[in-house]
Amino acid sequence: MLQVENVTRVFGQKRAVDNLSFSVDGPQFVGIIGRSGAGKSTFLRMMNRLTDATSGRILVDGRDILALKGAEARGWQSHCAMIFQQFNLVPRLDVASNVMHGVLNRRSTLRTMFNVWSREDILRALDILDRLGIAEQAPKRAEALSGGQQQRVAIARALMQDPQIILADEPIASLDPMNAQIVMDTLKRINVEDGRMVIANLHTLDTARQYCDRVIGMRDGRMVFDGTPAQLTTDVAREIYGADDSFNEAATSTSINRPDDSAAVAALREAASLA
Amino acid sequence: MTDMTRPAHDLTGLDAIRHDYLRMTRQRQLYTGVLILVFIVLMVAGFDTADSRNAGGFWEGLNQIFDFPADVISEAIEKAANLPGHIMGALPALIETINIAAVATLIGCGFGTLFAVLGTRGLALWPALIPVFRRITDILRAIPEVVIALVLIFVMGGGPVPAMVAIALHTAGAMGKLFSEVNENVDLRPVEGLASVGANWSLRIWLGVFPQVLPNYLSYGLMRLEVNIRASAILGFVGAGGIGYELRNAMTFGQGRFDEAAAIFIVLFVTIVVVDQISSAVRHKLTHGGQ
Repeated sequence: MLQVENVTRVFGQKRAVDNLSFSVDGPQFVGIIGRSGAGKSTFLRMMNRLTDATSGRILVDGRDILALKGAEARGWQSHCAMIFQQFNLVPRLDVASNVMHGVLNRRSTLRTMFNVWSREDILRALDILDRLGIAEQAPKRAEALSGGQQQRVAIARALMQDPQIILADEPIASLDPMNAQIVMDTLKRINVEDGRMVIANLHTLDTARQYCDRVIGMRDGRMVFDGTPAQLTTDVAREIYGADDSFNEAATSTSINRPDDSAAVAALREAASLA
Repeated sequence: MTDMTRPAHDLTGLDAIRHDYLRMTRQRQLYTGVLILVFIVLMVAGFDTADSRNAGGFWEGLNQIFDFPADVISEAIEKAANLPGHIMGALPALIETINIAAVATLIGCGFGTLFAVLGTRGLALWPALIPVFRRITDILRAIPEVVIALVLIFVMGGGPVPAMVAIALHTAGAMGKLFSEVNENVDLRPVEGLASVGANWSLRIWLGVFPQVLPNYLSYGLMRLEVNIRASAILGFVGAGGIGYELRNAMTFGQGRFDEAAAIFIVLFVTIVVVDQISSAVRHKLTHGGQ
């Protein structure tokens, strides 16, 4: 379904993404982890065609989406939803309008400019908001909502696009643990119930372990790990983040649950023995 | 959406939301429609009034719009050999015009900065006097440059100094307004940080505000330079010297000296393009200079 072949992006002298290759069959929940500047965001932005690749191919159902131009590229964007860390909604427009932006590529530009939507579009947007539990926010301005609610609006906009693939760039990095869990649960639900592929950049290991079917680790633009969450041991995590023995993931865990799963307990014990 | 599984109990709630939202969109569309209608009516009515008051009428005059440019261009092409000479001849006057504009922009931006800082809420040294400084900039903006220049020329006699003063006063008013709008968007946290280590007002502004606003100030200032070159050329028409004076002479002589007018237009156009290119390069460097 998705094949990434030797994708590279060079910024000046820096190879932000360096010869990245992997393939995903079927609607998996793929997590990409790595420290800041590892190339995670650049890769997602290339998939969504917000950033151009320097070389390589990304095949989706056999079609190279990196080669698309103009209206065809925008057509691809409309079928490949992106969720951002800072939500990237239009703050002064109401929530339902923001959700309906998901289909603007398939509607007349003039009608969209004047915010004239068909009855079906409006009802569908409201249904999606209802499914995510925020239908009563529909007439409010997006800026009036809390961060967690705004991110759910962004997910609703993504669902409005009816995409095969949903890309999420650090979707919970600006949210508190409670909202982070709601947003991740929502993404997982979409992944399981609708059968849509989700590729999410995550910056916490516990989230990656809890939600992902598969985890890809990146360091300095290269892939350094590709496996199941179970294979993601503390040693592997140290390798991905380039950390030494003092690295202790329990210290930065953002899970709302107490760190009682075995990995975190092991990490804590290790930390205690080092201290 | 493929499957829209929804618990049955909140159907009434959703129905209410649907109903309300649809009603709201209908209302909004009605307002938009009325607004567009008002806009069109105003356009048509305003145009009609203007057209009926006009001496010649718009539609009759429309085909004559290009008569003057056509005359100038055809004569300039006829006497193309004279153009380089005329362009060289216009250069000293051009330098005078640019000088007037540059000095006026510098002085005007200086006073504009002062008015802006003193007239911005949250930054002002004397908050009670904010309205005073705001009104001063309003007054400076309200009086057209030509009027100030004419009064000053009457008092001081013709020459570049009255033009410079006139443009500087107007620039101070305009920049005071623009700069204070930039100031309003400033992040106050560094200012608070400086206050916490005991900085006085001038240091708080100098270290906390100026580094944030300088790129914007400079970009507005460079754009103002462009505007002022045009203004200084126009003031030449009323006796302030510079290229405007030459242009007026060439144009009022009419047929026969249009080649000279064309040369001056070319010189002015090239000047504006050069200033624009330089200022956009500088602005680009300022805003993306870090990378």
